[in-house]
Amino acid sequence: MKEEDRLQERPPIEDFLRMDRIPHIWCPGCGIGTVVTSFAEALKKSELDLDKVAILSGIGCTGRVAGYVKLDSIHTTHGRALPVATGLKLANPELKVVVFSGDGDIAGIGGNHFIHAARRNMDILIICVNNFNYAMTGGQVAATTPIDANASTAPYGNFEYPFSLPYLAEASGATYVARWTALHLRRVTKSIQEALGKRGFSFIEVITPCVTLYARRNRLGDGLNLLKYYYEKSEIQHGADTRTLDISYQGKLIVGKFVDKEKPTFLDCMNEHLGKVLGDKYQPYGVYHDGD
Amino acid sequence: MSKFVTLNGNQTIGEAARQIDPDVIAAYPITPSTAIVETIAKFKADGLISGEFVCPESEHSAMSLCIGAASAGGRVMTATASQGLALMWEMLYIAAGLRLPIVAAIANRSLSAPINIHGDHSDTMGARDSGWIQIYSENCQEAYDNFIQAFRIAEHLDVRTPVLVGLDGFIISHSMEVIQVEDDAEVKKFIGEYKSLYPLLDSKVKMTVGPIDFTDYYFEHKRNQLEGIENAPQVIEEVGKEFGKKFGREYGFFEGYRLDDAELCIVAMSSAAGTCKDAIDELRSEGKRVGLLKPRIFRPFPHQRISEALIKMKAVAVLDRSSSPGAFGAPLFTEIRSALYDYEERPKITNYVYGLGGRDIKIEHFKEVTDDLEKIAETGKVEKVYSYINLRE
Ligand SMILES: Cc1ncc(C[n+]2csc(CCOP(=O)(O)OP(=O)(O)O)c2C)c(N)n1
Ligand code: SF4
Ligand SMILES: [Mg+2]
Repeated sequence: MKEEDRLQERPPIEDFLRMDRIPHIWCPGCGIGTVVTSFAEALKKSELDLDKVAILSGIGCTGRVAGYVKLDSIHTTHGRALPVATGLKLANPELKVVVFSGDGDIAGIGGNHFIHAARRNMDILIICVNNFNYAMTGGQVAATTPIDANASTAPYGNFEYPFSLPYLAEASGATYVARWTALHLRRVTKSIQEALGKRGFSFIEVITPCVTLYARRNRLGDGLNLLKYYYEKSEIQHGADTRTLDISYQGKLIVGKFVDKEKPTFLDCMNEHLGKVLGDKYQPYGVYHDGD
Repeated sequence: MSKFVTLNGNQTIGEAARQIDPDVIAAYPITPSTAIVETIAKFKADGLISGEFVCPESEHSAMSLCIGAASAGGRVMTATASQGLALMWEMLYIAAGLRLPIVAAIANRSLSAPINIHGDHSDTMGARDSGWIQIYSENCQEAYDNFIQAFRIAEHLDVRTPVLVGLDGFIISHSMEVIQVEDDAEVKKFIGEYKSLYPLLDSKVKMTVGPIDFTDYYFEHKRNQLEGIENAPQVIEEVGKEFGKKFGREYGFFEGYRLDDAELCIVAMSSAAGTCKDAIDELRSEGKRVGLLKPRIFRPFPHQRISEALIKMKAVAVLDRSSSPGAFGAPLFTEIRSALYDYEERPKITNYVYGLGGRDIKIEHFKEVTDDLEKIAETGKVEKVYSYINLRE
């Protein structure tokens, strides 16, 4: 293809984006955009009816995703994407509901909602961009910041234990749990595609470079340097025990699919329980059949 | 020795916090107050603050933590804005109800939805019935001075009520200004030592904080809580005067600018007052007898002092940087209008909402307001009680 033609060609992701909102706010070298590309790829491959996909974000750099994708979306408040998503899903169980947000949003201020949505096995997919800090507000220490890493509110290093998100997700009841980095884009796409096809609480963590804050404050170089780190230090271990997934500062990153199982969802449990209690009087809620 | 330094609003609060060195500081980041927390984090890391500094997982947790620390007898502060203050809401009432003298710096910002990070007063106005004392600042210097005084007011034994100090998001929080920073030792001396009356960690007295209180005594206790805020005016006045004596900048309940011979008056709080002063200078040179009244204390509302200052005006325009949907005017307006009710002869009064979500207010807008005031004074009629400034409709 001639260079000119290549430049003329519309990138396929445009179909998924509100192009009038572009240019986006993300910094050059930021990994969020690549995760969005994977998400778009996965959606395309999943052949889901896009009119029945809804996406929700909290607040943060990652939180901007809800405003950029051309799907029904809600940009909620910081930490509250999951309860809003739960409401959305329950009011319209036909929807495929995806929460796309940051580590601080999901596991920090929204941590309580995270464990409860997982406990109930709500039929929601979470894509969590973990950049090890509260990026949007300028790189403060978060619940995921590795010990010793610097942050603006931990100028000489963090000393608090961070969460291991896959472990938290599994322990709380998630039925699909995977972790990748922004380097493993095909794997991210595949994971998202797989999780989109599942019912139940699915959680995908994508470790992603925040060049402007996390990398700069820790003198880790640019986006490429972080991708090199992911390349050198990540190890694919499908099915790894989620208790072994702690991340130390610039240490090993165990990635892969750790949990993939079936378990009745919140609605399944509700229908079964009320069916048992009320017998024929009970009309199961949110059960759709193709062609109905 | 005091010195002149260039700081933005957030840094001035950080600087004051370093000088005051509270026992516990707990805060969660949010634009535009984040830099307060970051400044303090740096001071702490550099060993310039001896108190504890904690980064909790939300503002609700931050205020809860402050309540725990204050119950233990500590001097405590936090900083937040907008959604962060909104998330603290439950705990704001607890802090006030328990009469815990917590001090909070609020970089005033709009509330969602839609999402907006810029300055208005919706956040603190939403907390106006929480029982907190509210002080507003026009510029960085006032933010610094108010923040220091806030501890004295909050911790005064007759008051023991939490205080929030507002500084306009971005306009003040992020604007550099040369301010006079007082000597560390002098600030410490001014603040004095804090002694909690009923510290939970006093091993001799066993105490439960915040227990159940139903139809039997709840009402009496709620009434008693008001005593703190009712006693506050005297303390606010004393502290403002003492601050003036010591540091040369005296504070009261409001500031009047070219009010003495004014017939028309604009009431505006915080940073807009600065712009308004310039507008008034220009209007005065055109021969218009207009002045500014800038409330500094919003809670407890100095109704008598403000009405006395306004009563002789022909027409008054109250400018609010927040709205109160469904109410008869915005918060500052409803206070002032109601304060004037008891006077038989009172000025005509009108309300403008301006600057929501950081929308600019400029000199020309104050001139337009003054034109309206002139018309009202002339005709004796207020055509529109409630309108907006610089809004596309
Ligand atoms: C209640 C509340 N508190 C604080 C904020 C300020 N805030 C906005 S985004 C953010 C952190 C975002 O971090 P994360 O979720 O990890 O997303 P990232 O920006 O790193 O992608 C914070 C603290 C807010 N919007 N609302
Ligand atoms: S601040 Fe960090 S996370 Fe946010 S857009 Fe820039 S690189 Fe990405
Ligand atoms: Mg993050």
